[in-house]
Amino acid sequence: AALKTVPSPYRLDEELTPRESVTTYNNFYEFGTDKGDPAANSGTFKPMPWTVEVGGMVAKPKTFGLEDLMKAYPIEERIYRMRCVEAWSMVIPWNGFPLASLLKAVEPLGSAKYVAFESVVRPEEMPGQTGGFQPLPWPYVEGLRLDEAMHPLTLLAVGLYGETLPNQNGAPIRLVVPWKYGFKGIKSIVKITLTDKQPPSTWNILAPQEYGFYSNVNPAVDHPRWSQATERRIGTGGFFGTSRVDTLPFNGYADDVASLYAGMDLKANF
Amino acid sequence: MAPAKLSPRAQSALVWAVYAVGLAPALWTFWLGASNQLGADPVKTFERFLGLWTIRFLILTLAITPLRDLGLFNGLRYRRALGLLAFYYAALHFLTYAVLDQTMVLSAIVADVVKRPFITFGMIALTLLVPLAVTSNNASIRRLGSRWSSLHRLVYPVAALGALHYSMAVKVLGAEQYIHIGLLVLLLAYRIARPRLMEAKRQKRRAAA
Repeated sequence: AALKTVPSPYRLDEELTPRESVTTYNNFYEFGTDKGDPAANSGTFKPMPWTVEVGGMVAKPKTFGLEDLMKAYPIEERIYRMRCVEAWSMVIPWNGFPLASLLKAVEPLGSAKYVAFESVVRPEEMPGQTGGFQPLPWPYVEGLRLDEAMHPLTLLAVGLYGETLPNQNGAPIRLVVPWKYGFKGIKSIVKITLTDKQPPSTWNILAPQEYGFYSNVNPAVDHPRWSQATERRIGTGGFFGTSRVDTLPFNGYADDVASLYAGMDLKANF
Repeated sequence: MAPAKLSPRAQSALVWAVYAVGLAPALWTFWLGASNQLGADPVKTFERFLGLWTIRFLILTLAITPLRDLGLFNGLRYRRALGLLAFYYAALHFLTYAVLDQTMVLSAIVADVVKRPFITFGMIALTLLVPLAVTSNNASIRRLGSRWSSLHRLVYPVAALGALHYSMAVKVLGAEQYIHIGLLVLLLAYRIARPRLMEAKRQKRRAAA
Protein backbone atom coordinates (compact mmCIF):
# COMPACT_ATOMS: atom_id res chain seq x y z
CA ALA A 1 0.00 0.00 0.00
CA ALA A 2 1.11 3.56 -0.66
CA LEU A 3 2.54 5.46 2.32
CA LYS A 4 2.12 9.11 3.20
CA THR A 5 5.68 10.36 3.64
CA VAL A 6 7.41 13.57 4.62
CA PRO A 7 10.71 14.76 3.17
CA SER A 8 13.92 14.28 5.10
CA PRO A 9 17.35 15.88 4.89
CA TYR A 10 18.94 12.43 4.48
CA ARG A 11 18.65 12.17 0.75
CA LEU A 12 21.68 10.77 -1.00
CA ASP A 13 22.18 12.26 -4.44
CA GLU A 14 23.00 9.02 -6.28
CA GLU A 15 21.13 6.99 -8.85
CA LEU A 16 18.54 4.76 -7.19
CA THR A 17 18.79 0.99 -7.52
CA PRO A 18 15.71 -0.12 -9.49
CA ARG A 19 12.83 -1.29 -7.29
CA GLU A 20 12.87 -4.58 -9.19
CA SER A 21 16.44 -5.28 -8.00
CA VAL A 22 15.76 -4.13 -4.43
CA THR A 23 12.83 -6.53 -4.15
CA THR A 24 14.23 -9.59 -5.96
CA TYR A 25 17.83 -9.76 -4.70
CA ASN A 26 17.60 -10.33 -0.96
CA ASN A 27 19.30 -12.10 1.89
CA PHE A 28 16.48 -13.22 4.17
CA TYR A 29 17.35 -16.79 5.14
CA GLU A 30 13.99 -17.30 6.85
CA PHE A 31 12.67 -17.70 3.29
CA GLY A 32 15.69 -19.57 1.85
CA THR A 33 19.38 -18.97 1.23
CA ASP A 34 19.23 -18.09 -2.46
CA LYS A 35 18.96 -14.39 -3.30
CA GLY A 36 15.75 -15.05 -5.23
CA ASP A 37 14.16 -17.20 -2.49
CA PRO A 38 12.72 -14.37 -0.36
CA ALA A 39 10.77 -12.91 -3.29
CA ALA A 40 9.68 -16.39 -4.44
CA ASN A 41 8.78 -17.89 -1.03
CA SER A 42 7.37 -15.05 1.07
CA GLY A 43 3.91 -14.88 -0.50
CA THR A 44 2.16 -16.62 2.39
CA PHE A 45 3.80 -14.49 5.10
CA LYS A 46 1.24 -12.30 6.93
CA PRO A 47 2.84 -9.08 8.17
CA MET A 48 -0.44 -7.76 9.60
CA PRO A 49 -1.53 -7.54 12.35
CA TRP A 50 1.85 -6.97 14.01
CA THR A 51 3.17 -5.91 17.37
CA VAL A 52 6.62 -4.95 18.60
CA GLU A 53 7.42 -5.58 22.24
CA VAL A 54 9.81 -2.96 23.65
CA GLY A 55 11.17 -3.66 27.12
CA GLY A 56 14.18 -4.43 29.26
CA MET A 57 15.93 -1.54 30.99
CA VAL A 58 13.27 1.07 30.30
CA ALA A 59 10.89 3.04 32.53
CA LYS A 60 7.85 2.40 30.35
CA PRO A 61 7.93 -0.99 28.63
CA LYS A 62 5.19 -1.32 26.03
CA THR A 63 3.96 -3.52 23.21
CA PHE A 64 3.20 -1.35 20.21
CA GLY A 65 0.78 -2.15 17.44
CA LEU A 66 2.39 -1.43 14.08
CA GLU A 67 -0.48 0.75 12.88
CA ASP A 68 -0.20 2.88 16.03
CA LEU A 69 3.52 3.34 15.43
CA MET A 70 2.90 4.44 11.86
CA LYS A 71 0.36 6.98 13.09
CA ALA A 72 2.52 8.21 15.97
CA TYR A 73 5.61 9.09 13.93
CA PRO A 74 5.84 10.87 10.60
CA ILE A 75 7.11 8.46 7.92
CA GLU A 76 10.17 10.02 6.29
CA GLU A 77 11.67 9.17 2.95
CA ARG A 78 15.41 8.60 3.29
CA ILE A 79 17.73 7.65 0.48
CA TYR A 80 20.59 5.58 1.88
CA ARG A 81 23.40 3.50 0.50
CA MET A 82 23.11 -0.17 1.46
CA ARG A 83 26.40 -2.04 1.56
CA CYS A 84 26.13 -5.81 1.89
CA VAL A 85 28.98 -7.64 3.62
CA GLU A 86 29.21 -9.72 0.41
CA ALA A 87 30.70 -6.68 -1.38
CA TRP A 88 27.69 -5.51 -3.35
CA SER A 89 25.68 -2.36 -2.78
CA MET A 90 22.46 -0.58 -3.60
CA VAL A 91 20.93 2.89 -3.20
CA ILE A 92 17.49 2.54 -1.62
CA PRO A 93 14.71 5.02 -0.83
CA TRP A 94 13.49 3.79 2.56
CA ASN A 95 10.38 4.99 4.36
CA GLY A 96 10.43 4.99 8.13
CA PHE A 97 11.06 6.81 11.37
CA PRO A 98 14.13 7.10 13.59
CA LEU A 99 14.60 4.27 16.09
CA ALA A 100 15.43 7.02 18.59
CA SER A 101 11.79 8.21 18.52
CA LEU A 102 10.55 4.82 19.66
CA LEU A 103 13.29 4.38 22.27
CA LYS A 104 12.59 7.82 23.78
CA ALA A 105 8.94 6.85 24.18
CA VAL A 106 9.84 3.95 26.50
CA GLU A 107 12.41 6.04 28.45
CA PRO A 108 15.66 4.03 28.62
CA LEU A 109 17.14 3.74 32.12
CA GLY A 110 20.61 5.11 32.83
CA SER A 111 21.87 1.53 33.19
CA ALA A 112 20.92 0.62 29.59
CA LYS A 113 23.97 0.44 27.31
CA TYR A 114 22.82 -1.74 24.40
CA VAL A 115 19.73 -2.53 22.37
CA ALA A 116 18.91 -6.13 21.38
CA PHE A 117 16.59 -7.00 18.47
CA GLU A 118 14.74 -10.18 17.64
CA SER A 119 13.07 -11.34 14.39
CA VAL A 120 9.89 -13.30 14.03
CA VAL A 121 9.82 -17.12 14.09
CA ARG A 122 6.97 -18.57 12.01
CA PRO A 123 7.97 -21.89 10.46
CA GLU A 124 4.49 -22.29 9.01
CA GLU A 125 4.94 -19.09 6.97
CA MET A 126 8.72 -19.07 6.53
CA PRO A 127 9.99 -22.10 4.59
CA GLY A 128 13.62 -21.48 5.60
CA GLN A 129 12.66 -22.15 9.21
CA THR A 130 11.49 -25.72 8.50
CA GLY A 131 13.06 -28.84 7.07
CA GLY A 132 16.42 -30.51 7.24
CA PHE A 133 18.74 -27.78 6.04
CA GLN A 134 18.20 -24.84 8.33
CA PRO A 135 21.05 -22.43 7.78
CA LEU A 136 20.79 -20.32 10.94
CA PRO A 137 19.55 -20.70 14.51
CA TRP A 138 16.23 -18.91 14.98
CA PRO A 139 15.24 -16.32 15.89
CA TYR A 140 17.64 -14.06 14.01
CA VAL A 141 19.04 -11.65 16.59
CA GLU A 142 21.01 -8.41 16.30
CA GLY A 143 22.26 -5.65 18.53
CA LEU A 144 23.49 -2.08 18.66
CA ARG A 145 25.19 0.06 21.26
CA LEU A 146 22.65 2.50 22.72
CA ASP A 147 24.39 5.54 21.19
CA GLU A 148 24.32 3.83 17.77
CA ALA A 149 20.64 3.03 18.24
CA MET A 150 19.89 6.65 19.21
CA HIS A 151 21.78 8.10 16.24
CA PRO A 152 19.48 10.08 13.92
CA LEU A 153 20.59 7.99 10.89
CA THR A 154 19.35 4.76 12.49
CA LEU A 155 15.97 4.04 10.96
CA LEU A 156 13.07 1.70 11.56
CA ALA A 157 11.83 1.20 8.00
CA VAL A 158 8.21 0.34 7.27
CA GLY A 159 8.39 0.88 3.52
CA LEU A 160 10.52 1.45 0.45
CA TYR A 161 9.89 3.31 -2.76
CA GLY A 162 6.87 4.96 -1.08
CA GLU A 163 5.03 1.72 -0.35
CA THR A 164 4.76 -0.61 2.64
CA LEU A 165 7.68 -3.04 2.89
CA PRO A 166 7.39 -6.09 0.65
CA ASN A 167 7.59 -9.32 2.68
CA GLN A 168 10.98 -10.18 1.19
CA ASN A 169 12.47 -6.90 2.45
CA GLY A 170 11.53 -7.49 6.09
CA ALA A 171 7.85 -6.61 6.41
CA PRO A 172 6.34 -5.01 8.24
CA ILE A 173 9.17 -3.31 10.15
CA ARG A 174 12.95 -3.62 9.93
CA LEU A 175 16.11 -1.89 11.03
CA VAL A 176 18.29 0.16 8.67
CA VAL A 177 21.75 1.22 9.89
CA PRO A 178 23.34 2.70 6.77
CA TRP A 179 26.95 2.82 7.99
CA LYS A 180 26.98 -0.87 8.87
CA TYR A 181 26.90 -3.98 6.70
CA GLY A 182 23.41 -4.95 5.59
CA PHE A 183 23.03 -7.98 7.86
CA LYS A 184 22.85 -5.64 10.88
CA GLY A 185 19.52 -4.47 9.46
CA ILE A 186 17.40 -7.12 11.17
CA LYS A 187 14.06 -7.79 9.47
CA SER A 188 10.50 -8.44 10.67
CA ILE A 189 11.24 -7.24 14.21
CA VAL A 190 9.03 -8.51 17.03
CA LYS A 191 11.08 -7.59 20.08
CA ILE A 192 13.42 -4.79 21.17
CA THR A 193 15.17 -5.10 24.54
CA LEU A 194 17.39 -2.56 26.25
CA THR A 195 20.20 -4.15 28.22
CA ASP A 196 23.52 -3.44 29.95
CA LYS A 197 25.38 -6.27 28.18
CA GLN A 198 26.49 -6.55 24.56
CA PRO A 199 23.73 -8.64 22.97
CA PRO A 200 24.43 -11.67 20.77
CA SER A 201 24.10 -11.27 16.99
CA THR A 202 23.34 -14.16 14.65
CA TRP A 203 26.22 -13.98 12.16
CA ASN A 204 28.69 -13.28 14.94
CA ILE A 205 27.55 -16.45 16.74
CA LEU A 206 27.88 -18.44 13.52
CA ALA A 207 31.28 -17.18 12.32
CA PRO A 208 32.88 -14.78 14.84
CA GLN A 209 36.09 -14.48 12.81
CA GLU A 210 34.12 -13.25 9.80
CA TYR A 211 31.40 -11.05 11.29
CA GLY A 212 32.02 -8.75 14.26
CA PHE A 213 29.51 -7.14 16.59
CA TYR A 214 30.11 -3.68 15.13
CA SER A 215 30.31 -4.60 11.45
CA ASN A 216 30.85 -1.01 10.42
CA VAL A 217 31.54 -0.73 6.70
CA ASN A 218 35.33 -0.50 6.51
CA PRO A 219 37.34 -0.81 3.28
CA ALA A 220 40.51 -1.32 5.33
CA VAL A 221 39.30 -4.50 7.06
CA ASP A 222 38.88 -7.43 4.66
CA HIS A 223 36.40 -10.18 5.15
CA PRO A 224 38.60 -13.30 5.51
CA ARG A 225 37.27 -14.59 2.17
CA TRP A 226 37.13 -11.40 0.11
CA SER A 227 38.34 -7.83 0.02
CA GLN A 228 36.06 -5.07 1.30
CA ALA A 229 37.98 -2.33 -0.54
CA THR A 230 35.51 -2.19 -3.44
CA GLU A 231 31.91 -3.17 -4.12
CA ARG A 232 29.70 -4.14 -7.06
CA ARG A 233 27.03 -1.47 -7.39
CA ILE A 234 23.87 -3.27 -8.41
CA GLY A 235 22.49 -1.54 -11.50
CA THR A 236 20.75 -2.38 -14.71
CA GLY A 237 21.94 -3.53 -18.09
CA GLY A 238 23.23 -7.01 -17.29
CA PHE A 239 26.96 -7.77 -17.14
CA PHE A 240 27.94 -4.43 -18.54
CA GLY A 241 25.69 -2.33 -16.29
CA THR A 242 27.36 -3.52 -13.09
CA SER A 243 30.11 -1.22 -11.93
CA ARG A 244 32.76 -1.67 -9.28
CA VAL A 245 33.17 1.33 -7.01
CA ASP A 246 35.40 2.08 -4.04
CA THR A 247 33.90 1.30 -0.65
CA LEU A 248 33.88 4.31 1.66
CA PRO A 249 34.69 4.24 5.40
CA PHE A 250 31.40 3.95 7.30
CA ASN A 251 29.77 3.53 3.88
CA GLY A 252 30.16 7.27 3.23
CA TYR A 253 28.57 8.34 6.56
CA ALA A 254 31.87 8.99 8.37
CA ASP A 255 31.05 12.68 8.96
CA ASP A 256 27.91 11.64 10.84
CA VAL A 257 29.10 8.63 12.80
CA ALA A 258 32.91 8.43 13.03
CA SER A 259 32.79 10.30 16.35
CA LEU A 260 30.85 7.39 17.90
CA TYR A 261 34.03 5.33 17.63
CA ALA A 262 36.65 7.91 18.64
CA GLY A 263 39.66 6.17 20.18
CA MET A 264 38.46 2.70 19.25
CA ASP A 265 40.65 0.28 17.29
CA LEU A 266 38.33 -0.44 14.35
CA LYS A 267 40.49 -3.35 13.18
CA ALA A 268 40.07 -5.16 16.48
CA ASN A 269 36.44 -4.07 16.86
CA PHE A 270 35.40 -4.97 13.32
CA MET B 1 23.74 -54.91 -20.17
CA ALA B 2 25.21 -55.28 -23.63
CA PRO B 3 26.36 -51.98 -25.13
CA ALA B 4 24.21 -50.86 -28.03
CA LYS B 5 25.83 -51.41 -31.39
CA LEU B 6 26.40 -48.07 -33.07
CA SER B 7 28.19 -47.18 -36.24
CA PRO B 8 31.44 -45.21 -35.72
CA ARG B 9 29.79 -42.21 -37.28
CA ALA B 10 26.86 -42.35 -34.84
CA GLN B 11 29.28 -42.77 -31.94
CA SER B 12 31.23 -39.72 -32.94
CA ALA B 13 28.00 -37.74 -33.43
CA LEU B 14 26.96 -38.64 -29.89
CA VAL B 15 30.26 -37.38 -28.48
CA TRP B 16 29.83 -34.09 -30.31
CA ALA B 17 26.31 -33.92 -28.94
CA VAL B 18 27.75 -34.13 -25.41
CA TYR B 19 29.96 -31.10 -26.15
CA ALA B 20 27.05 -29.18 -27.65
CA VAL B 21 24.60 -29.98 -24.85
CA GLY B 22 27.33 -29.41 -22.25
CA LEU B 23 28.25 -25.95 -23.47
CA ALA B 24 24.66 -24.85 -24.02
CA PRO B 25 23.99 -23.82 -20.37
CA ALA B 26 27.05 -21.55 -20.37
CA LEU B 27 26.17 -19.93 -23.69
CA TRP B 28 22.52 -19.50 -22.79
CA THR B 29 23.29 -18.02 -19.37
CA PHE B 30 25.92 -15.71 -20.86
CA TRP B 31 23.27 -14.44 -23.26
CA LEU B 32 20.86 -13.88 -20.36
CA GLY B 33 23.51 -11.92 -18.47
CA ALA B 34 24.56 -9.85 -21.47
CA SER B 35 20.95 -8.95 -22.24
CA ASN B 36 20.01 -8.01 -18.66
CA GLN B 37 17.88 -11.08 -17.92
CA LEU B 38 20.00 -12.56 -15.14
CA GLY B 39 18.67 -10.67 -12.14
CA ALA B 40 20.12 -7.91 -10.03
CA ASP B 41 23.67 -9.23 -9.72
CA PRO B 42 24.31 -10.95 -13.06
CA VAL B 43 28.10 -11.15 -12.66
CA LYS B 44 27.91 -13.03 -9.37
CA THR B 45 25.07 -15.19 -10.64
CA PHE B 46 27.03 -16.20 -13.75
CA GLU B 47 30.23 -16.78 -11.76
CA ARG B 48 28.42 -19.11 -9.33
CA PHE B 49 26.60 -20.84 -12.18
CA LEU B 50 29.86 -21.67 -13.96
CA GLY B 51 31.43 -22.91 -10.73
CA LEU B 52 28.47 -25.16 -10.00
CA TRP B 53 28.55 -26.68 -13.49
CA THR B 54 32.30 -27.29 -13.17
CA ILE B 55 31.48 -29.40 -10.12
CA ARG B 56 28.69 -31.14 -12.02
CA PHE B 57 30.94 -32.10 -14.93
CA LEU B 58 33.59 -33.34 -12.50
CA ILE B 59 30.91 -35.53 -10.91
CA LEU B 60 29.83 -36.89 -14.31
CA THR B 61 33.46 -37.53 -15.35
CA LEU B 62 34.17 -39.44 -12.15
CA ALA B 63 30.89 -41.37 -12.37
CA ILE B 64 31.82 -43.10 -15.65
CA THR B 65 34.03 -45.76 -14.06
CA PRO B 66 31.70 -46.85 -11.21
CA LEU B 67 28.71 -46.94 -13.57
CA ARG B 68 30.68 -49.21 -15.85
CA ASP B 69 31.89 -51.39 -12.96
CA LEU B 70 28.32 -51.80 -11.80
CA GLY B 71 27.26 -52.76 -15.30
CA LEU B 72 24.78 -49.90 -15.46
CA PHE B 73 26.18 -47.83 -18.29
CA ASN B 74 29.30 -47.94 -20.39
CA GLY B 75 30.05 -44.27 -21.04
CA LEU B 76 33.79 -44.52 -21.50
CA ARG B 77 33.61 -42.86 -24.89
CA TYR B 78 32.04 -39.75 -23.35
CA ARG B 79 34.54 -39.36 -20.53
CA ARG B 80 36.98 -37.16 -22.43
CA ALA B 81 34.19 -34.77 -23.43
CA LEU B 82 32.88 -34.57 -19.86
CA GLY B 83 36.37 -33.98 -18.45
CA LEU B 84 37.07 -31.26 -21.00
CA LEU B 85 33.71 -29.64 -20.25
CA ALA B 86 34.73 -29.50 -16.57
CA PHE B 87 37.91 -27.74 -17.66
CA TYR B 88 36.07 -25.31 -19.95
CA TYR B 89 33.62 -24.39 -17.19
CA ALA B 90 36.44 -23.95 -14.66
CA ALA B 91 38.30 -21.69 -17.11
CA LEU B 92 35.14 -19.65 -17.81
CA HIS B 93 34.47 -19.44 -14.06
CA PHE B 94 37.95 -17.96 -13.55
CA LEU B 95 37.61 -15.62 -16.56
CA THR B 96 34.27 -14.32 -15.28
CA TYR B 97 35.81 -13.70 -11.87
CA ALA B 98 38.87 -11.97 -13.35
CA VAL B 99 37.26 -9.93 -16.14
CA LEU B 100 33.65 -9.21 -15.11
CA ASP B 101 33.86 -9.40 -11.31
CA GLN B 102 37.33 -8.03 -10.52
CA THR B 103 37.33 -5.95 -13.75
CA MET B 104 40.87 -7.13 -14.54
CA VAL B 105 42.45 -5.33 -11.58
CA LEU B 106 45.48 -7.60 -11.36
CA SER B 107 46.48 -6.51 -7.85
CA ALA B 108 43.04 -7.45 -6.50
CA ILE B 109 43.17 -10.85 -8.22
CA VAL B 110 46.68 -11.65 -6.98
CA ALA B 111 45.75 -10.54 -3.45
CA ASP B 112 42.70 -12.84 -3.52
CA VAL B 113 44.66 -15.85 -4.76
CA VAL B 114 47.43 -15.36 -2.20
CA LYS B 115 45.37 -14.32 0.84
CA ARG B 116 42.16 -16.31 0.60
CA PRO B 117 42.55 -20.08 1.01
CA PHE B 118 39.33 -20.95 -0.86
CA ILE B 119 40.50 -18.99 -3.89
CA THR B 120 43.99 -20.50 -3.60
CA PHE B 121 42.45 -24.00 -3.65
CA GLY B 122 40.33 -23.13 -6.66
CA MET B 123 43.32 -21.70 -8.48
CA ILE B 124 45.41 -24.84 -7.80
CA ALA B 125 42.56 -27.03 -9.06
CA LEU B 126 42.28 -25.03 -12.28
CA THR B 127 46.06 -25.14 -12.76
CA LEU B 128 46.09 -28.92 -12.30
CA LEU B 129 43.35 -29.26 -14.90
CA VAL B 130 45.51 -27.57 -17.57
CA PRO B 131 47.93 -30.50 -18.18
CA LEU B 132 44.95 -32.86 -18.27
CA ALA B 133 43.20 -30.76 -20.89
CA VAL B 134 46.39 -30.37 -22.93
CA THR B 135 47.01 -34.15 -23.00
CA SER B 136 43.43 -35.13 -23.70
CA ASN B 137 44.12 -35.96 -27.37
CA ASN B 138 44.87 -39.35 -28.91
CA ALA B 139 48.42 -38.36 -29.84
CA SER B 140 49.26 -37.61 -26.20
CA ILE B 141 47.72 -40.87 -25.05
CA ARG B 142 49.96 -42.78 -27.49
CA ARG B 143 53.06 -40.77 -26.70
CA LEU B 144 52.71 -40.90 -22.89
CA GLY B 145 51.73 -44.58 -22.69
CA SER B 146 51.23 -45.72 -19.11
CA ARG B 147 52.35 -42.31 -17.81
CA TRP B 148 49.15 -40.88 -19.27
CA SER B 149 47.01 -42.82 -16.77
CA SER B 150 49.22 -41.72 -13.89
CA LEU B 151 49.03 -38.09 -15.01
CA HIS B 152 45.26 -38.20 -15.32
CA ARG B 153 44.88 -39.40 -11.73
CA LEU B 154 45.36 -35.69 -11.01
CA VAL B 155 41.62 -35.45 -11.49
CA TYR B 156 41.22 -36.85 -7.94
CA PRO B 157 43.06 -34.00 -6.18
CA VAL B 158 41.27 -31.60 -8.55
CA ALA B 159 37.90 -32.96 -7.41
CA ALA B 160 38.92 -32.79 -3.75
CA LEU B 161 40.16 -29.19 -4.13
CA GLY B 162 37.02 -28.29 -6.07
CA ALA B 163 34.83 -29.65 -3.28
CA LEU B 164 36.85 -27.70 -0.71
CA HIS B 165 36.71 -24.50 -2.78
CA TYR B 166 32.96 -24.84 -3.19
CA SER B 167 32.26 -25.57 0.47
CA MET B 168 34.38 -22.61 1.63
CA ALA B 169 32.95 -20.14 -0.91
CA VAL B 170 29.48 -20.06 0.61
CA LYS B 171 28.34 -18.41 3.82
CA VAL B 172 26.39 -21.43 4.98
CA LEU B 173 26.18 -24.97 3.60
CA GLY B 174 22.76 -25.84 2.19
CA ALA B 175 21.12 -28.73 0.36
CA GLU B 176 22.83 -27.79 -2.93
CA GLN B 177 26.28 -28.01 -1.34
CA TYR B 178 25.57 -31.21 0.60
CA ILE B 179 24.31 -32.99 -2.53
CA HIS B 180 27.16 -31.97 -4.87
CA ILE B 181 29.97 -32.31 -2.35
CA GLY B 182 28.44 -35.56 -1.08
CA LEU B 183 28.54 -37.03 -4.59
CA LEU B 184 32.17 -35.97 -5.05
CA VAL B 185 33.15 -37.51 -1.72
CA LEU B 186 31.31 -40.72 -2.63
CA LEU B 187 33.04 -40.94 -6.02
CA LEU B 188 36.47 -40.32 -4.49
CA ALA B 189 35.80 -42.88 -1.77
CA TYR B 190 34.88 -45.38 -4.48
CA ARG B 191 38.35 -44.92 -6.00
CA ILE B 192 39.89 -45.90 -2.68
CA ALA B 193 37.67 -48.97 -2.29
CA ARG B 194 37.79 -49.99 -5.96
CA PRO B 195 40.90 -52.26 -5.96
CA ARG B 196 39.39 -54.39 -3.20
CA LEU B 197 35.97 -54.50 -4.89
CA MET B 198 37.54 -55.56 -8.18
CA GLU B 199 39.56 -58.26 -6.44
CA ALA B 200 36.44 -59.65 -4.76
CA LYS B 201 34.65 -59.70 -8.11
CA ARG B 202 37.51 -61.58 -9.75
CA GLN B 203 37.56 -64.20 -6.99
CA LYS B 204 33.84 -64.72 -7.29
CA ARG B 205 34.17 -65.25 -11.01
CA ARG B 206 37.03 -67.73 -10.45
CA ALA B 207 34.98 -69.63 -7.88
CA ALA B 208 32.07 -69.85 -10.28
CA ALA B 209 34.28 -71.13 -13.12
